[in-house]
Amino acid sequence: MSDKLIEVINLTKKFPLESGIISTISNRLLGKKPRYIHAVNDVTLNIFKGETLGLVGESGSGKSTLGKCVIRLIDPTAGKILFDGVDITKLNHNEMRRYRRRMQIIFQDPYSSLNPRKTVGNIIKHMLELHNIAFGEDAKRKVTEILELVGLSREHYNRYPHQFSGGQRQRIAIARAIAIQPEFIVADEPVSALDVSVQSQILNLLIELKKKFNLTYLFISHDLGVIRYVSDRVAVMYLGKILELSSTERLYSSPMHPYTQSLLSAVPIPDPDISRNRIILKGEIPSPISLPSGCVFHTRCPHVFNECKSIEPKFIEVKDGHYVACHLYK
Amino acid sequence: MVALLDVKKLKTYFFLERGVVKAVDGIDLKIKIGESLGLVGESGCGKSVTALSIMRLVPYPGKIVEGSVIFDGVDLLKLKEEEIRKTRGKKIAMIFQDPTTALNPTLTIGDQLAEVFQIHENMSKSEAYKAAKEMLDLVGIPSSQERLKDYPHQLSGGMKQRVMIAMALACKPKLLIADEPTTNLDVTIQAQILELLKDLKSRFSTSIMLITHHLGLVAELCDTVAVMYAGKLVEYANMRDVLKNPKHPYTKALLECIPDVTGRSKKLSFIKGSLPDPFNLPTGCRFHPRCTYAFEDCYNREPELREVSLNHAVACHLYEK
Repeated sequence: MSDKLIEVINLTKKFPLESGIISTISNRLLGKKPRYIHAVNDVTLNIFKGETLGLVGESGSGKSTLGKCVIRLIDPTAGKILFDGVDITKLNHNEMRRYRRRMQIIFQDPYSSLNPRKTVGNIIKHMLELHNIAFGEDAKRKVTEILELVGLSREHYNRYPHQFSGGQRQRIAIARAIAIQPEFIVADEPVSALDVSVQSQILNLLIELKKKFNLTYLFISHDLGVIRYVSDRVAVMYLGKILELSSTERLYSSPMHPYTQSLLSAVPIPDPDISRNRIILKGEIPSPISLPSGCVFHTRCPHVFNECKSIEPKFIEVKDGHYVACHLYK
Repeated sequence: MVALLDVKKLKTYFFLERGVVKAVDGIDLKIKIGESLGLVGESGCGKSVTALSIMRLVPYPGKIVEGSVIFDGVDLLKLKEEEIRKTRGKKIAMIFQDPTTALNPTLTIGDQLAEVFQIHENMSKSEAYKAAKEMLDLVGIPSSQERLKDYPHQLSGGMKQRVMIAMALACKPKLLIADEPTTNLDVTIQAQILELLKDLKSRFSTSIMLITHHLGLVAELCDTVAVMYAGKLVEYANMRDVLKNPKHPYTKALLECIPDVTGRSKKLSFIKGSLPDPFNLPTGCRFHPRCTYAFEDCYNREPELREVSLNHAVACHLYEK
């Protein structure tokens, strides 16, 4: 296997539910334990150089939090993140800055992720200057090159974000991300806000850029079709845990975890001739404040047995490169 | 069979300072009893405005400028405000995309559901509450008696959408208009709601108009499909014909844009450009700037929706010979 670019080791992120001073004091006085939202819970995974790792899960599964932790946009509560062998969770602000240049993120909503008061050219130029890559005329020239690279034109340099459609804005966000030639990009639901006819343009652009610059992606999405199209390997997340991880082909053709199986069976397909046995899950995703005991999925699992309720299944390699956390496989 | 709903030449325009937006520009639709129609299109194509026009809920500065909406033999557009109010919720009901904003946050689920029975069925308060509980059971909400006392914020998105469906079905409407009913929900919850709608459709033979951008949902639930682009219908046929044998270049392209979960697809195709500016629609066929087959006629003349084979109508110059 190729080199690891990123190693996430036992990563945990919890957010305090009551952060105000009054609730903190009253909790302490009453001897209550503070409550937390367990967004990411003891996750370990690797991202290899040059691959696209798809991260799929429903809302509230913690996939965005994981993505932001990996590039330290938010600090994890516990665990390590090795970027090219260096634990970036230990770095201070200045040291981190050198690494920031090597990692970027593209957000879901291109309407709120671009500064409305700056021209498109200046948004990208600012990135170049901030990271000491190019200045003045040189930077301007570079910006036009980048704009053309993402399918925009030099005329767009002096326009403001509001003058663009959703798809074009996402191109601007991509231009900003690749401007400083990062090695690693977190794409957090980059096409969810776009119409289907535009969505595929952006997906193809991301794939093209990856080939061109030998990028590594962590691609986060709730759309299983999109994940299949872009990913080399896929991790399935549920309530802050990775339940299954495998090559894309294997995951879609022979999913092992009951959650992955039901997730795949639930996607409506625009073809009346494909009939499937739909596995309808009972109930809804439990609250991340008080996680279920044992396996986090046991409250909705169609195959649940006694062990699942008390013992947490280990994340084990069942076949080469196919990892599952489920008591059915031992 | 006689159509339950017959929309003819409906035009709904929005009169804004910048100009007129022709959100719905002359469309014809028919829904028979027990039939479900999928109205499909991307954002801004006018599919929601069509639904609001049928319900006569078009917001200012929008106006229905032309056409008729014959429902059960009566033209809804000619009814007085009093009369249409009796139809809404009773004979035609609507589910919206976002159940959080569609429910009143200051009233309990029970109050909101019972109100429907009190207004439309003249029930007493206790009767209405009993009926409300039965509706919650029908849509699969567990421990319904307790849920009646809950406020909307105490329920999850999927549960709220179930309450919306319960409310919409309370008076056994003949037509249910569902505007993107599962767009805000997760796939596993979407599957639950879809099963519920299918079940209700077969049990009460309610006609359904499903408004969606998701062609997968259409395959699950609809008998016929109408594809909309920039205020016009471009294709109108049986569900199977539209999905398996699409004729309009837009429908074809749209189907090819969807990443497939069942097999690794080749390079995903896309539709060049983006949706047209509603203030400044292209001449001729509105799809021509993005169409790979466009020829001279497409720039000059607007194609009409016409039947090219049995029950398969397309608005495209390619099929005019």
